[in-house]
Parts: sequence; C-alpha cells; structure tokens
Amino acid sequence: MNNRLYGNLIFELSKEGRKGYSLPKNNFGAYEIPASMKRAEEAQLPECDELTVVRHYTNLSNNNFGVDTGFYPLGSCTMKYNPKINEEMAAQPQFQNLHPQQPADTTKGALALVTLLEKSLCELTGLAHFTFKPYAGAHGELTGLMTIDNYHRSRGDKARKKVIVPDSAHGTNPASAAVCGLEIIEVKSLANGQVDLADLERLVELEGSSISAMMMTNPNTLGLFETRIPEIAKLIHECGGLMYYDGANLNPMLGACRPGDMGFDVMHINLHKTFSTPHGGGGPGAGPVGVREGLQEFFPVVSPYFGNFGVMMRAYAYILSLGREHVKEVGPLAVLNANYIKESLKDVYELPIDTVCCHEFVFDGLKDKSTGVTTMDVAKRLLDYGYHAPTIYFPLLFHESLMIEPTENESKETLDGFIAVMRQIAEEAKTNPDEVKSAPHTTPIGRVDDVLAAKHPVVTYRQLKAEA
Amino acid sequence: MLNVQCSMNFKFFPHTQDDLQAMMAKAGVKDLDGLYAQIPESIRFRGDYKLPSEMSEMEVRDVFAKLGSQNKQLTCFAGYGVYDHYTPSVIPQLLNRSEFLTSYTPYQAEISQGTLHYIFEYQSMMTELTGMDISNASMYDGTTAAAEGMMMAVAAGKKQNKVLVSAGMNPKTREVLDTYALHQGIELVTIPMKDGVTSKENLEALLAEGSVAGVMVQQPNVYGIVEDFTGFAEACHEQKALFIMDSVASDLAVLKTPGEWGADIAVGDGQSLGIPMLFGGPYVGYMCCTEKLIRKMPGRIVGMTKDNRDQRAFVLTLQAREQHIRRQKATSNICSNQSLMALFVTVYCSLMGKQGVKEAAELSYAGAHYLCDELKKTGKFQLVYDKPFFNEFFVKYDGDVDALYQRFIDAGFLGGVKFEDGLLFAVTEKRTKEEIDNLVKIAAL
Repeated sequence: MNNRLYGNLIFELSKEGRKGYSLPKNNFGAYEIPASMKRAEEAQLPECDELTVVRHYTNLSNNNFGVDTGFYPLGSCTMKYNPKINEEMAAQPQFQNLHPQQPADTTKGALALVTLLEKSLCELTGLAHFTFKPYAGAHGELTGLMTIDNYHRSRGDKARKKVIVPDSAHGTNPASAAVCGLEIIEVKSLANGQVDLADLERLVELEGSSISAMMMTNPNTLGLFETRIPEIAKLIHECGGLMYYDGANLNPMLGACRPGDMGFDVMHINLHKTFSTPHGGGGPGAGPVGVREGLQEFFPVVSPYFGNFGVMMRAYAYILSLGREHVKEVGPLAVLNANYIKESLKDVYELPIDTVCCHEFVFDGLKDKSTGVTTMDVAKRLLDYGYHAPTIYFPLLFHESLMIEPTENESKETLDGFIAVMRQIAEEAKTNPDEVKSAPHTTPIGRVDDVLAAKHPVVTYRQLKAEA
Repeated sequence: MLNVQCSMNFKFFPHTQDDLQAMMAKAGVKDLDGLYAQIPESIRFRGDYKLPSEMSEMEVRDVFAKLGSQNKQLTCFAGYGVYDHYTPSVIPQLLNRSEFLTSYTPYQAEISQGTLHYIFEYQSMMTELTGMDISNASMYDGTTAAAEGMMMAVAAGKKQNKVLVSAGMNPKTREVLDTYALHQGIELVTIPMKDGVTSKENLEALLAEGSVAGVMVQQPNVYGIVEDFTGFAEACHEQKALFIMDSVASDLAVLKTPGEWGADIAVGDGQSLGIPMLFGGPYVGYMCCTEKLIRKMPGRIVGMTKDNRDQRAFVLTLQAREQHIRRQKATSNICSNQSLMALFVTVYCSLMGKQGVKEAAELSYAGAHYLCDELKKTGKFQLVYDKPFFNEFFVKYDGDVDALYQRFIDAGFLGGVKFEDGLLFAVTEKRTKEEIDNLVKIAAL
C-alpha cells in the first residue's frame, strides 16, 4: 500500500489541455447547440492523459482490502469468494448491449436466464415466485413489506400496519418498515438469544388484528437458529399476519432448511451474500423477493426493469458451478468453519451464549475486561495483521459485540492463522495494551478523526479547494 | 443425509478429510449433520434440490453462450432513460481490480481508502455536472433516486405531504414514484403539459392550493424536449416547496444545470456516463442538493478528515442521518450505494474530462438532429412538438408504426421506443452517419 506516493485526488493531477479519450470526428454538418440551452460555466472535471488515470486508480485499489486480498470474517455480511467465471459470464457482449425496452422476441436468452434463476431460487427456498426488481437487500426488504401491505390492502384489511421485529434485528428492518409506512413493535429475546415466545404471545393478543407481519432472520443475528419457528409462524398466521424472512442469513440454510418449509410467506435474498456476487465496495447487489403461491400479484413496481440484471447473471453462473451436489454443502461447511473458530477462541473472548452456532457467532469483547482494550481496539489491531475486522458493536444486545462469519470458502490453515492472531491480540491486551489501543500501525492511514469530518463537512473538491 | 464424503473435491471448498475430522472434533460434533441438531426435524430439508448437476467452467460457458445466442444484437436508436453510450476500454479493466470489486462497504477507513477516495471524487464530479453543492455516494438508479428525492422533500417539508410531478416525467420513473408514495401516504399530483412542456400556469395554480412539499420535473422531458424552467424555482420557493430536477447525467456536460435552474435537489441516472445497457442494470443513481439540505440527504456521504498521523484521509460521515442509527425513525432505508458503478462513472469522467464529456454530448446532439432532419425529408415523419430537443426526439409516422418497427428490427436496428402512438428516437456519439443513413433508408421504404 503506497498511499503517500499516490494520495492525490484525480483533480490534483489535472493539467489544462490534457486528454484521456478519443472520439470520432463530427461529420454530421453544422449542428450547434443553441446558447439558450447551455450551461454558463464548464463542469470542472479533471483533464488527464490515459496512463495518469490508469495509474491513479490502480494505486487507489492498492489502498483497499477485498476478499481476494485476505480473510474477511465480517459477520452478517457473508464475504464469500466471488468466483471469476461469474465475472466472465456477466461481461458477455450478447447481454451487455441489450436495451431493456427491446421487444421480448429479441431478448429470449436474457428472459430465459431470468426464468432459470427464478426456478433455482424457488427450489432453494421452498417459495413459489420471485421478483428481481429490488436492487439491494434493503430494497428487497422494502419490496417484501410492500407486497405484504398490498396483500392486506387488497382484502380491505387496512388496520394491519404493525410489524413485529426481534430486538436483535438488523437495523435495516425497522427502517424498511418505516419507509413502507408501517410501525415497528419489538419482541424481546431470551437470555439464549431466541425470540421470547411468551412476549410474542402477549403482543399477538394485544395487537392481533393490527399485525401486518413478523420480520425475522433465521438463524438470527446472533447466528442462532430459532428452534421455535414453527410455533412462531403458527401464532402469526393465526392472527392474520404474514411471516417475512430476512434472507441476509440464508447461507447456512443451504443444505439444511428452506424458509418456505419453516413457515415464511415472503423473503428477500441477498444475491451478493449467499450467491457469491461481489460486494463492489457497497453495491451493486441484488435483493430478489420470493413469495408463496398467490402473493405474486402483490409485487410492487420498485424499479423499471429486471433490477441489477448483471448481478443475476453472476448468481446463476454460481448456481450452475455448484450444482445440486455442492449447493447443499455450502451451509454445513460455513457452519463448521464458524463453530471451529468459536470453540478455538472462547477461552479468551467472552462468549455470552455457549452453544452450537450457525454460520456466525458473537463474542462480547475480550474475556479479560481489566485491560481496557475494547472491541474497537481488537478490530483495528486485526488490520495490522492483514485481516479485515469482524462486524463490531452489532448486534446491540451486547456492549462489545464482535461478530464473526468465516464462510465455507476458507481453509483450516486460514482459520488457524486467524485464531492465532486473535489469541495474540488477547495476549497483547495484557502485556502491551497501548500498542493495541493505538492500532492500526501498518495501514496506509491511522485511525481517522470522525468528529472532524462530521462537524465540518468537506465532501467535494470544490469545498476542499475553498478550504485551502 | 449429509455425510463427510460428500464435502470433498470441489474447487470452492478447501476442506480435506483430515481437516473435516479435526474441525468436527473441535466443534464437538460427530458428523456435519450434528451441526444442525438444534433444528426441529419437521422443518429439515432432506431431499435433493431439483437443480442441474454441477458444471465445469467449460459447461457454464456453454450454457451462457447458448443463452446469449438467443438475444438479437441490434444497433440501438432507443433511449427512454437508457442510452447506448461509448465505454472507454480502461473502465472495465479497472473495475475488475479485485481490491475494488471484492471489497465491502468502507466502514474500516484504514483499509478502505481506495473506495473512500474515489467516492469523494465521484461526489465532486456529480456536483460539477449538476451545479449543486453536495452529492451523496450514489443511489441504486435514477428512478429510485427520484423516489428518494420525493421522500426527502416531504421529510424536509414537515407537515406538507403533497408532491407535484410533471407529466413530462418518464412513465417508468413515475411508476416507481407511485409505489413509494402509496406506502408513504404521499399525495402525488400531476402537473399537465402544454405543447409538450410542463405548464407553468398549472404549476402555479397547484402550488397555490397549498401543502406542497416538492415539485419534480424532468430535463430533457420524456419527449426529449429541453424545457425552459424559468421562474419554476421561484414559484416553488414562494410556497415553501422544494424544486427537484431529474436529468440525464451526460447531458449536463452542456445543458443548463439544475443548480442554474435553482433546484434544491438534483437526481437522475448516471448510466449515460458510459455504463453498458445490460438489460436494465446495474446502473447508478445520483442525488445532489444544496448545502442547506445536507443533513436531510439520504444515503452515504464521504467526507475529508485527518488521521492520527496528521495525513489527509477520507471517511463515511454524517452517519447520524442513516438508517442503521435512526432505525424506525429513518426516512430512507438505503444502507448501501452503488459503489462500483460510482467508480465506473468516476473513471469515465476522469478519462473524458472537461472536454470529452462536452464533445460526446455535442456529437450526440448533432447525430440526433441529423437523423431528425433526414427522417423529416422522407415526408413520412414529423415532430409531434416543434420544440428544442437534445439527443432524443419524438415523431409521428405517417403509416403503420408497428410494421415499421418490425422492419427496423429485421434490418438489425432498435428503431427507437414505441410510445403514445409515436416513436422516440435517441442518438449517441456511438452512432455513425452510415448507421443513421441506413436506418433512414428503411424508414423511407
């Protein structure tokens, strides 16, 4: 990583008169854009030659960490390997140049792919239909809740505006419900991390006719399977609500369980998690929504066409590569990897719920709290050793949450290396806590001043120049 | 039944038999099935998935090649929000840098400067194009960016929940707006058109009725017409409504900007900045606003700061606005952006630069006007509205438009988009004079 050498903004590399493009000559004759249409000042975009641009972004990439760089134990994000064949398939020119308004008889191959992927996802989830319009997981949640809301509206059941969510839910769940115009009621968790059935019964009794849906992920955000899911689904269905499955944690279920069989009516899938499409630094992902037979007519129009079609191509290539033989091994191996790490570290990190976990688990910081070393410090110290940090301070049930998800692609050697470093950090916390608290030391930049950024926002080059 | 034997010999699974035995011993289970002992048997999936058998890379390629061959490759004269612009060869190569491609959201700033740095550049470029103060880190696409703009106006407007939308908006965008509005309880009211442009008289009358949080228009509008929005922003602001403009990003290289028209929020799709059409996505939505509204902006924002070594650094900032903090108080549930596609347009704007984006826009303008003139010369086409247009225009055909459209396809052309009994043609810098002349020959038959 060579941040110092190549730390400039592309604007700072610009020099008037340079160009990095070539376009054909204008041979259409004199067609001048009328002045009345035109902007007064040119957009101040950079002027650079091609090599400068290539070198700039190549060097920026060196200041990044990806799954291809190293182990990414990021809980709830399923940072699995992104197979290269997926990229090759998505780049095929026979698909790249398709305009979404082309008549159906000129896009038969693309439409066939949509159908094939839909069939595969139905088979893997036990649901009947999927819409591919949602662009991301959160967009899928919103789409799923809108589907449910449309269903209740169609029946004239207009009072159903409340969504039950476990207090351990992903932060997006309540936000999606709010954007859908629904209200959240939280159901408590038991000490073992599972939904408190007694509390749920109380809520259903109290709110029965106003309950739109219950929204859950299973395994839950602690990586624990909600064993009483059949009873939960029965309670909700009996009061007239629908069951929504947040597919963020679908990966460990491949080969073990299907949301449709667990009693869920509506779900979204993060293709960028379970189906290996790259996260791209925060998108594009895809959040297709699946439903039980009969609910498909309530799908809302949340985007114009087939969502992120390129992401769907990658997911289908992945399913073909795995085939029915290997897709069912994804879950068990992901779960094995998670349990192996958990068991190897629970003597030095606090494990609040000591049981077999699914694809991920949560430590509540270091076991020895006397050192003053926090979860944040452990996370930052991991960067020094060449690992991405786990998810930290989520779920909110614990103060020092450290959530680890290894995925099925990681080898025993990789896990052993990570375990050794995690133990070493625990040791350093006792012998040299300052070293841990001031980490990272080997990254291109050190810990950043978040407060300065928020107090005095500088978010464009124009503002940056005005500052100087 | 899951047995140990099956978990072997697959390129994405590194577990050997010895590894499995050692790891299961550590995990305290006898076999892999033991890892799921807590799941009630009644809901276990014990069957075989009805999926194809595993495929080698060569077989996967074959499947995709066969699917691809069923798509007809057409020379594109269609727009309607999605345009066939030129992609510099540098871009896909840089986007495939796996440090960009396979990274997560840049929460760990120390090892994500690459992503944070380009998002800062992206924000700077989008504010340059739109003439606005602030940009977020990008949105899913233009239609959802418009929906977020609508919700942002309502959130900023406190008790006003009406949004006026020009009939000149693309129906595809309008459909998405309608969806979000229904569930949010936002009242959408259409501002009618007059001679192909948004009627200012109607706008003023609707504003006077009160409780309007925002007014949304599209530039160029769905007919390709470049509208004159003089006085629109003032009319909105008089009634405390925000003025929202939805524009095609590449056109802003030359067109009067949302900033110049007095917009409070600028949204749109960045697809026209070289992103392949790929049957509808992924694209990238942009959203910009005035400095005053920064804390109402949905989505991620990257800001400049310093690290503890006194170096310039970039970081996700103003996160108190975002869904994971606000939870049920959130006014947007966006929790990602379209990062890799933001990188796409950032590299595009870096390569094309100040001159290139203008030149591409000028070529598109010239090509579209040449095509329009040539079509008119056949005597079979006329502009539905005789108004200034940019690179897209709406014509009526004196004849059977369905038959004509099919003739285009048979000759290898996507001859515009059929819409309101007319044809909407778009031309970009990719279309050559020869292609246009050939299209016109078929049109003249």
